[in-house]
Amino acid sequence: MSTRLQSSGRLLNKNNPVSFTFNGKKLRGYEGDTLASALLANDQLLVGRSFKYHRPRGVVASGAEEPNGLVNLGRDGHFEPNQRVTTQELFDGLEATSQNHFPTLEFDVGAINTHLSRFLPAGFYYKMFIYPRPFWKHVYEPFIRKSAGLGKAPKDRDADTYEHFHAYVDVLIVGGGIAGLTAALAAGRAGAQVLLIEQTAHWGGRAMVDQPEIDGMSAEAWVAQTLAELNGMANVQTRTRMMGSGVYDHGFAMAYERLGDHGPHDGPRHRLWKIRAKQIVTATGAIERPLSFAANDLPGVLLASAVRDYALNYGVSVGDRTVVVTNNDDAYRTAIALKEAGLEVPAIIDARTEATGQLPEAARALGIRVETGKGVATVKGGKRVTGVAICAQAGEGSVLEEIGCDCVAMSGGWSPVVHLWSHCGGKLKWDDEQAMFRPDPKRPPMNQNGIGFVSTAGVANGFLSTEGALTDAFAAGETAAKLAGAKGKADKAPMGADAAEQPISPVWLMPQGASYKLRSKAWLDFQNDVKVSDVQLAAQEGFESVEHAKRYTTLGMATDQGKLSNINGLAILSKSLDSEIPNVGTTTFRPPYTPISMSSIAGVAQNELFQPLRKTPVSDWSNDNGADNEPVGAWRRAFAYVRSGESVHDAVNREVKNTRENLGLLDASTLGKLIVKGPDAGKFLDMMYTNMMSNLKVGKCRYGLMCTENGFLMDDGVVARIDEDTWLCHTTTGGAERIHGWMEDWLQCEWWDWKVYVANVTEQFAQIAVVGPNARKVLEKLGGMDVSKEALPFMEWRDGKIGEFDARAYRISFSGELSYEIAVPASQGRAFWDALTEAGEEFGVMPYGTECLHILRAEKGFIMIGDETDGTVIPQDLNLQWALSKKKDDYLGKRAHERSHMADPNRWKLVGLETLDGSVLPDGAYAIAEGTNENGQRNTQGRVTSTYYSANLGRGIAMGLVHNGPNRMGEVISFTNIGGEPIRTKIVDPVVYDKDGEKQNV
Amino acid sequence: MSNVVSALDGQVAPGEVTVRELGLRGMITLRGDLSSRKLQNICKKLTGVAFPKQGGVASEGDKGLAWMSPDEVLVMVPHAEAAPAVAAIEAALKGEHFLAVNVSDARAVFSVQGAFSREVIAKLAPADLHPDRFKEGMMRRTRLGQVAAAFWMVDEETFCVICFRSVAEYTFGLLKASAGAGEVGYL
Repeated sequence: MSTRLQSSGRLLNKNNPVSFTFNGKKLRGYEGDTLASALLANDQLLVGRSFKYHRPRGVVASGAEEPNGLVNLGRDGHFEPNQRVTTQELFDGLEATSQNHFPTLEFDVGAINTHLSRFLPAGFYYKMFIYPRPFWKHVYEPFIRKSAGLGKAPKDRDADTYEHFHAYVDVLIVGGGIAGLTAALAAGRAGAQVLLIEQTAHWGGRAMVDQPEIDGMSAEAWVAQTLAELNGMANVQTRTRMMGSGVYDHGFAMAYERLGDHGPHDGPRHRLWKIRAKQIVTATGAIERPLSFAANDLPGVLLASAVRDYALNYGVSVGDRTVVVTNNDDAYRTAIALKEAGLEVPAIIDARTEATGQLPEAARALGIRVETGKGVATVKGGKRVTGVAICAQAGEGSVLEEIGCDCVAMSGGWSPVVHLWSHCGGKLKWDDEQAMFRPDPKRPPMNQNGIGFVSTAGVANGFLSTEGALTDAFAAGETAAKLAGAKGKADKAPMGADAAEQPISPVWLMPQGASYKLRSKAWLDFQNDVKVSDVQLAAQEGFESVEHAKRYTTLGMATDQGKLSNINGLAILSKSLDSEIPNVGTTTFRPPYTPISMSSIAGVAQNELFQPLRKTPVSDWSNDNGADNEPVGAWRRAFAYVRSGESVHDAVNREVKNTRENLGLLDASTLGKLIVKGPDAGKFLDMMYTNMMSNLKVGKCRYGLMCTENGFLMDDGVVARIDEDTWLCHTTTGGAERIHGWMEDWLQCEWWDWKVYVANVTEQFAQIAVVGPNARKVLEKLGGMDVSKEALPFMEWRDGKIGEFDARAYRISFSGELSYEIAVPASQGRAFWDALTEAGEEFGVMPYGTECLHILRAEKGFIMIGDETDGTVIPQDLNLQWALSKKKDDYLGKRAHERSHMADPNRWKLVGLETLDGSVLPDGAYAIAEGTNENGQRNTQGRVTSTYYSANLGRGIAMGLVHNGPNRMGEVISFTNIGGEPIRTKIVDPVVYDKDGEKQNV
Repeated sequence: MSNVVSALDGQVAPGEVTVRELGLRGMITLRGDLSSRKLQNICKKLTGVAFPKQGGVASEGDKGLAWMSPDEVLVMVPHAEAAPAVAAIEAALKGEHFLAVNVSDARAVFSVQGAFSREVIAKLAPADLHPDRFKEGMMRRTRLGQVAAAFWMVDEETFCVICFRSVAEYTFGLLKASAGAGEVGYL
């Protein structure tokens, strides 16, 4: 059984016991524990069930690479699934539940899958469920969905807050082990601005457990001294609980700081750092590899390094009797540590034929039995280890002996953590002697100048000895500082010393000739349940590329991204393909290094800060007065102003009638307003618009169309000539920024020598449309400028005072009514609106929203960008030929309009549509034509672009594009009507209200 | 005009770092040849500050000049003086190719004041705010969260932030949240 040792526990504060729950059971641990060590201390070996076969699983590692120990953490607004017990620090009141089991962790019905494993081989999704077709949706998928999947999705809104932070440094160093500290020392002394980050709460990494000697002192003392020196440098910053999660182009790196995961906290839970570094040094260490022997997934089989981490860091023994299985010297450290802690080590099973290095000799000297040339045939036990069956590594697995034990510590060697090096294109090379991929310093990720911007240091760079790691890390720090422009001296590298080690002997399968039966129980990927036999099957079935084999078997596709399984898996694959490991290569390393919270990516962007909403000076009034808003870009515009007791539809109908009969006010502030000025402004606008703008007279307005260079309508609006050199161009609400950018694009990239300046003054003004038969009366009541027909004729503008307001009045109309659009400075906007509302009371004033605006313009047959146009419509389609100047040599879109398809008489053209029964046509409905097309679909001859109920006419009105439409006036055609009979509709003139324009001409 | 109001009417979020909407400020977008002696002179005359170099700003109370782009400078004056200032520029630069336009009401202006004000900004803007590299007299046009913004330092603990009026509420919310979330302990 696993239990707490009395003597050790480097990281524990035994004076501060804490309590927590696991599956509702109250357990105790100490401050300094991880959830994993605390569970083990409580003999909770079983922590979860595997993904596919629901096999019982225990903790296998002690750090970020852990594949099995995933739990649900917290509750309600703090609930989070798939949290690794090995990286979760324990705190008082922590609540954890296991996942992926039904009904309980101890008894899981899904475990039957393990007996069905013969029917669930690699690629079973692809093979088994093809026929019969309907079975996938109704039988297979529901079953798989029930059985697959790890944690539950949270149900509540996240109760925590998050933030981002941007930092710029010379040298970013990822990893706070002795290599990272050394690199920081070198870079810091050289004068570079350094940020050193460590993903755990502790500095020193593995050295704190393995205790090499550095500069003549203990690792602990050296780390303390080095940290003190680093923290004394103004140019060096150090931070813990901060993981380097990704490296991207141009020296960009992402780091994930966990501020609130280790207990109750104020402020943000996670902080996502976006770092620009001139140089990045990754000192990310290495991860120990499991060995592939049968039943290596039983609870109680752990990595050898993890077993000694638990013993020394947390004072936890995973078992009383531990068998160590290895192919290298390092694992002997575990045996020695356990023995020195007073625990039993019945045997060290070493696959190598010889083990005579310092560490094996030390183990022997402690009286530990060392068996060389041996392997594990299978691990015995059900929900936990009870023993191992020993065999010859060279054989097929005939059992020579069984040894009783309750823990197996395995080590297949070490793989440098090359993730961050690889994210942005750093290449790897295979080191045959050490049996590992390591960074190839000749092929680093390149920055914008073609210079490598990432280097690796120490163990991460393949230097496994302390001496080698420190020398390498110091050089890496020094070089990075120099490349980043630092001029200082780094002084001398620290010296390290540890036991000399004899070479590893690669073991990818144990025993070497393991039978199918053993191979089909030898796990590679613990989380996704991928075994040696699965990868071999994939190779046999032709999935030769490592990327294909990965996807076919799901090897390395779990939340741990194959940190333990990838190298073993590709070694098996290469063997199956009779190829060398470097020829098979690795799969792609992608950020993040370990999963980061979705909320940290959102940062502060939650709730009311989720996205910026733009407000006009009148928005608050609208929201206080019944506005039912609709999004228009980032604006929220009132769709209608709903009074109590009204539906939105009622409100629209009231607004439509009132504006035609009395007086309506529209907040038109969102319309784009661009000032275009300069000696060449007229020439420029003649290119921008299809019609002529250069000959517009000062004081006058003209409606204009804009096309893309491909001839499609992109925007429209009223242009006013302000003075000899200056025009003001109104754009659509959604077009303001886009058209401003469009104009700047042409001015900066094509006509850079034209003397024109553009400024976007959209938000400088509150613009209010005063519309209806009483429009002039209310303005005259406010007093000031003369707004009579004579003084301010239709399509002209004047500056002056209206009441006490600084106003520019445009006599323009998008409704067919007598209408003024009055622009006042935004700071006066609200007061002006209030003044109009008050003065308009006697004239029946009502505000109206965008739906009323749409209906009024549709009654007049005016087009709307985005309704009548969709990026495929040209002015000719909308019968706007009159706005295509023939006098101009050129304008954007002119040549495109001459293309055969654009000039095709068969293009659908704009008409009005009137249903025979007066109903409202469905938006987007198609006009049905005879016959079917080559795909067997019904032919069409047109579509609805705008459709409304007109309260003024008491029936539906619509516009649409119809084949030959303008020549078919009076003809009746049918429109689609989903779920009903086609709608009989007459083709009519688009202008259905006040055809002669008498109402606006007063 | 008694009823003129800024976007947030002087809203304040007090705290270790205080965020305050500063009310209306006169702002003129002036585009033209920034090397023109006439242009520089009228700018200096209107604001009383030195003409800024690339990426620079000079301010004194409500008055100031900020370099916006190779052909654009922002002229800041008290709000009531904006319209006369435009007229003065137009008179001074008659005959040159330029654009002077009053954008006072298209903007919102904030101060962010307190010990870790640099970090409040660095949470929101992808700009280098290290004290060695971002100093008084420097101007950044960048973004805060999801909107365009610009800022400069008024003193070692105070930033002046400008953005578009329509997103004043969002920007104030961002600054308030980031100030309220506390210090990072980095800058």
